[in-house]
Amino acid sequence: MAEQELTGWKKWLEEVGEQVTFLKGFFRNLFAGGFEWSEFVRQCYEIGYRSITLVGITSFIMGVVLTLQSRPTLVKFGASSMLPFMVCVSIIREIGPVITAIICAGKISSGIGAELGSMKVTEQIDAMEVSGANPMQYLVVTRILATTLMIPILTLMGDFLGLIGGFLAVHFADHTSWQLYFNKCVSSVDFTDLLPAVIKTIFFGFAVGFIGSYKGYNSNNGTESVGIAANSAVVSASLWIFFIDVVAVQITQLFFY
Amino acid sequence: MEKEEKIKGKPEEKAEDADKKVTYDKNEIVVEIKDLKKSFGSKEVLKNINLTLKRGENLVVLGRSGQGKSVTIKCISGLLSQDEGVCKVFGEEVSDMDEKELKELRVKVGFLFQSGALYDSMSVKENLEFPLTRVLKITDQAELDKRVNEVLEGVGLADAVDKMPSDLSGGMRKRVGLARTLIVKPEIMLYDEPTTGLDPITSREISELILQMQKKYKTSSIIITHDMDCAKITSDRAVVLKEGEFVAEGTYDELEKSKDEFVRSFFK
Repeated sequence: MAEQELTGWKKWLEEVGEQVTFLKGFFRNLFAGGFEWSEFVRQCYEIGYRSITLVGITSFIMGVVLTLQSRPTLVKFGASSMLPFMVCVSIIREIGPVITAIICAGKISSGIGAELGSMKVTEQIDAMEVSGANPMQYLVVTRILATTLMIPILTLMGDFLGLIGGFLAVHFADHTSWQLYFNKCVSSVDFTDLLPAVIKTIFFGFAVGFIGSYKGYNSNNGTESVGIAANSAVVSASLWIFFIDVVAVQITQLFFY
Repeated sequence: MEKEEKIKGKPEEKAEDADKKVTYDKNEIVVEIKDLKKSFGSKEVLKNINLTLKRGENLVVLGRSGQGKSVTIKCISGLLSQDEGVCKVFGEEVSDMDEKELKELRVKVGFLFQSGALYDSMSVKENLEFPLTRVLKITDQAELDKRVNEVLEGVGLADAVDKMPSDLSGGMRKRVGLARTLIVKPEIMLYDEPTTGLDPITSREISELILQMQKKYKTSSIIITHDMDCAKITSDRAVVLKEGEFVAEGTYDELEKSKDEFVRSFFK
């Protein structure tokens, strides 16, 4: 039993070591020159543009649901006028970034894990390597940078649509006008709400791209490993998002509030 | 008389040199493996491999599945490093090479994977342009088009230039894979079961293509195969691998008449 536990810890430490080496490889190739601009733009399109519908619809629904769920409690305390304030702060500070990142972990991180995993299984990564090209630069650096850039943009779009969803819910329940709702929203948040939220989404984006790439690039041979790579990419990326969120909240409280 | 000029220099220069008429010293050893050992965990895959490949020679490696044939050529290309022994290519130990030296070596050593390993997300043209733009750093589109068309015509697939890998048959994928490897004009070709999974007619076509390409590009080749027709067509010399060691060596005809039952069993 103790031996099994020791083997488990050893495996975990080995995995941590491999991830650190992979991270080092990413930064070395990032600054090595010969950046793959066309592949980076293609990945931004695949990761960003192709996620707009999913992130948009989910964020809009989250805005509607959050408003409808919160309203009865606020009405009970006679604070229904605070509804736009509460919805806006919740979406901007927490729900928008985390929901968007979790959706991206499910869609993008697993996609990258499966794509690179299948390239590994079909020896495409080896073929790239033996041709003298740099698969790390072409496949990994571009994907991680694309998620790091696109997830903050998707989050901002998701925040906006979440607020629109919140407005529709308030409008149909209380006949609140768009102008009033918008004024209350704008007055309820300031720079110290938006900036930390945007900064943490950059880290979320990095985690989503990094974990997906690491799991896919280091998958074993065999078709089964493609599924394992995709699955473990979602699980690990989701856990990392929550871990980063906890750290980000602590740092934000320390410096901004 | 055979000793004339030898392909040397940087990858960028080499491609141009290779266009000229090239002759070579047939006794020059381009790959030398001595006492090579490689294990994966507790499984000893290569026990004691000794092998030489001369310039311009086609060497066929025969052996059952899981005996370490692919591992051997992966050590030659630097994809795997040996646990013990010597693996020299052009006189340089592969496991001692740094990243830059390995990159230069890989331009000289082409590797055709069993599946062709075409990049799924790219068209045939983009697959072929990939090593030219990334490794040889060719940016002139006219030059890229010329090289792509030339090599595709060589493998008989000039019409497939805009197709995606998913639109190609198994044989076509191998031809495109071969074209992609040959486009940088390597001096050594490593073929990992080039005819596996193909029908007998296509297998023969691929084997004949390997021979044609070897004559055209003056490459030295190591061909791993189970296909005895392929071995017969392509081999100058063949070796038989059994449980991590070479147990027989000779021409195809010599091995066919071998007294060893295991060696003869490949020819039945």
